[in-house]
Amino acid sequence: MNKSNTNGAARLLKKALQLREMSLILIIAIMCVVLSFTNPFFATTSNLQTVLGSVAVDGILTIGMILVMLTGGLDLSIGSVMCMGMAIAGKGIQMGLPVVVALLLGILAAAVSGLLVGLIVTRLHLSHFIVTLCFMGIARGIVYAMTSGIAISLIAQMKENPVLSYLGSGYVGGLVPMCFVVFLILAIATDIYTRKSSVMRRVYYTGSNEMAAKHSGIKTDRIKVGVCVACSVMAGIASIIYMSKYNGVTVSAGEGAEMTALSAAVIGGVSMNGGKGTIAGGLLGLLFIVLIQDAMNLFSVQAFWQDLIRYLIVLLAVILDVLQDKARKKKNS
Amino acid sequence: MEEVMRLKKISKSFGRNQVLFGVDFNLRAGEIHGIMGENGAGKSTLMNIVYGNLRPDSGEIWIDGQKVTIHEVRDAQKLGICFVQQEIALCQDAMVAENIFMSRISQGKGFNLKKMAEEARQLLEPLCHGAIDPYEIVERLPISCQQLVEIAKAISNNCKILILDEPTSSLSGSEADALHKVVQGLKEKGIGVIYITHRMSDVFEQCDRVSVLRDGNMVSTMDIKDASVQGLVNDMAGREVDILYPDKAEHISKNDEDVVLEVTNLTDAAGRFKDVSFRLYKGEILGFAGLLGAGRSEVMMGITGLRKMSGGSVIYKGQNILGKATSDIFEDGLVLLPEDRKVQGLFLDMDIEYNTSAVYLRQITKRGAIDRAAEREQAERMCNAMNVKCTGLGQIVRSLSGGNQQKVLLAKVLAKKPKVVIMDEPTRGVDVGAKAEIHRLLRQLTQEGVSVILISSELNEVIGMSDRVMMMDSTGCLVGQAEGEDINSDHIMYYISDAYKYAEVNQEVKEHE
Ligand SMILES: Nc1ncnc2c1ncn2[C@@H]1O[C@H](COP(=O)(O)OP(=O)(O)OP(=O)(O)O)[C@@H](O)[C@H]1O
Ligand SMILES: [Mg+2]
Repeated sequence: MNKSNTNGAARLLKKALQLREMSLILIIAIMCVVLSFTNPFFATTSNLQTVLGSVAVDGILTIGMILVMLTGGLDLSIGSVMCMGMAIAGKGIQMGLPVVVALLLGILAAAVSGLLVGLIVTRLHLSHFIVTLCFMGIARGIVYAMTSGIAISLIAQMKENPVLSYLGSGYVGGLVPMCFVVFLILAIATDIYTRKSSVMRRVYYTGSNEMAAKHSGIKTDRIKVGVCVACSVMAGIASIIYMSKYNGVTVSAGEGAEMTALSAAVIGGVSMNGGKGTIAGGLLGLLFIVLIQDAMNLFSVQAFWQDLIRYLIVLLAVILDVLQDKARKKKNS
Repeated sequence: MEEVMRLKKISKSFGRNQVLFGVDFNLRAGEIHGIMGENGAGKSTLMNIVYGNLRPDSGEIWIDGQKVTIHEVRDAQKLGICFVQQEIALCQDAMVAENIFMSRISQGKGFNLKKMAEEARQLLEPLCHGAIDPYEIVERLPISCQQLVEIAKAISNNCKILILDEPTSSLSGSEADALHKVVQGLKEKGIGVIYITHRMSDVFEQCDRVSVLRDGNMVSTMDIKDASVQGLVNDMAGREVDILYPDKAEHISKNDEDVVLEVTNLTDAAGRFKDVSFRLYKGEILGFAGLLGAGRSEVMMGITGLRKMSGGSVIYKGQNILGKATSDIFEDGLVLLPEDRKVQGLFLDMDIEYNTSAVYLRQITKRGAIDRAAEREQAERMCNAMNVKCTGLGQIVRSLSGGNQQKVLLAKVLAKKPKVVIMDEPTRGVDVGAKAEIHRLLRQLTQEGVSVILISSELNEVIGMSDRVMMMDSTGCLVGQAEGEDINSDHIMYYISDAYKYAEVNQEVKEHE
């Protein structure tokens, strides 16, 4: 081995710039500067609070999505499962169950859905895509069945439960949305866990080459089921924030959330083939998307254009992912 | 003989790592030209340049006396260059016939599956005598057969220059013979063949000339009649190297308490083998001989919980481990080095460090977290022990040369000292010097009380290394064991090639008369 330490610092800098996280931070910073100069409303407290607030729910969902993607899968059901958890918890609260019990029931229901997805995928060797697509419809169906399609209002109950209400609508120090703080704590915890823990290392191995992971004595099926459950639990947690933020349950909550999470992850450098990416990267990708969304709102871009642009960005991100993978394979083959 | 190709002063670097230094090389029509060199010497890189997979930094390629530029693979194909790459690059979920005629299909010339299958059958016939069905999905074939499909694919195009990069590394004796016959036939037709190999027998029996590449320099080219094994080995290494097999164990005691692993009537759920029984004693190397597809690898996967068994028992440390999780079996000191490093062995897109720690994560985990310092220390120790040639522990494994990838695989499996290690093709694609090193390592392990099970497609390796040999016939039955004097190729071939069956039949017929 000939490890040379010459130009160590220069190389470190170059490597840092190659990291997706670094380039994203740079782009996001530039966007913030440009936006604050071109639009007088961008740098206002209320706008920034909105941005941070909207990162919270999608952010928690994105964390779950990244976990599944690291094993080479994906979960299209996160939005619906979140809504299902919320409907169950909301119904429970409405019916007078203790709040904590109702919330736990919601998370439990979400976890069960993740467990089922994981078991079906590993036992029957079906693709995540098709199984979670079905669960997306099933979970949404359960929501409609439970609510007959009518929103549940919990304004009165929220008044009785200041703690629950504070989670979604409160401000820490009167400034930072509480929901963002909750998200941030979750994000930092999962990011550290992902980087350090031996469990998550097994997740990376499984995504990188499942067969080799098996031959290394890693229980890949267990890992794959585990991340599905973790992802759904994240959706369950997100449902609490959402319910508290909007003082109730809307039956269309979380529609399209899977696309946001997926594209955020891909933009943030999480590979669709598994084995590559970080929580921090994926969440920076989300911040990027949210900022673009905010910019379009601030410049009053019409809704249909917004959708179009959003999906174009997703498409670009996916293409970028494939191209990068190809380039890497070519370079190293 | 006229010259079909000449390379002039080819140089190539990857980043700051220069791997070829002004290489000159020439190939004549109708010759088989062997290229040898240590792992990472630059053999595959040079061929990838000729085939248009890589661009040289400088240097010229002349074909038929004309200077040519090869920008991409298609240019090379137009010039009549065919290349069987070191790593199998078939489309895993397509049929054999589709793979063979991939370029024809991709050019959009109308294709007729039946006709293609027929042509594929004809191409494969001399290589495998009908053992490969053109309609079979490639994924379902063992690597050896996939290798033959690669070769059929290469020669399906009309070629003038055929490059074979370690074509025999996953073939057994009889398949290699079939391949050699085909190659000799091509040679008669005036095709120039470049033959990269680490096997001395390939070079001396097949090649007309041989060149040695050392650290990116062409150090010698000579007619085969002027070459000697030791001379080539020394040229490759640039120093004197000892390549003899290490001495066998003087004595293996075979009392009941010396049995470390006892397999009884092990039967595969999918029917690949049945009633396999054997004992492994402390400190011995037990070879497994058999033709390809005999089911040796499957037995080993069954023992380590990687394959479903329908009956039998595997007693290790006084317990039946059948049905236990692979992770527990490995952790308990019984490990398996898988045969296919690309699919079963390595995380190609990860770096060396990550690869080395995959099997024994528990060893470097403290309170649930991975101790990066311990991990690095372990990777460094193992890479030094295995002599991996790399730019650093952070190098992505895919960019290592084939032989060095194999060494990383060994490092991964041996990162913790095992009690029993099952080695399925431990030296595939490894250069002569490194191979001898691995052999010495195995012997050293047994001297420290470790027991080794060795599978190799090279019968000579099994014969040279084993203290005892279990022989498996083509139906997956153990048909006997050889010890001492009986460990020779005639005796073993007699059993593993099913010849003994016919002998018994003859015997019976005679007795009848
Ligand atoms: N894409 C790449 N990026 C960086 N380094 C590379 C790349 N490809 C090859 N190398 C390096 O170039 C050197 C030569 O590799 P090459 O594959 O040509 O060796 P080889 O002679 O074919 O060895 P083997 O007998 O093991 O197949 C190796 O040290 C390898 O690490
Ligand atoms: Mg090579």
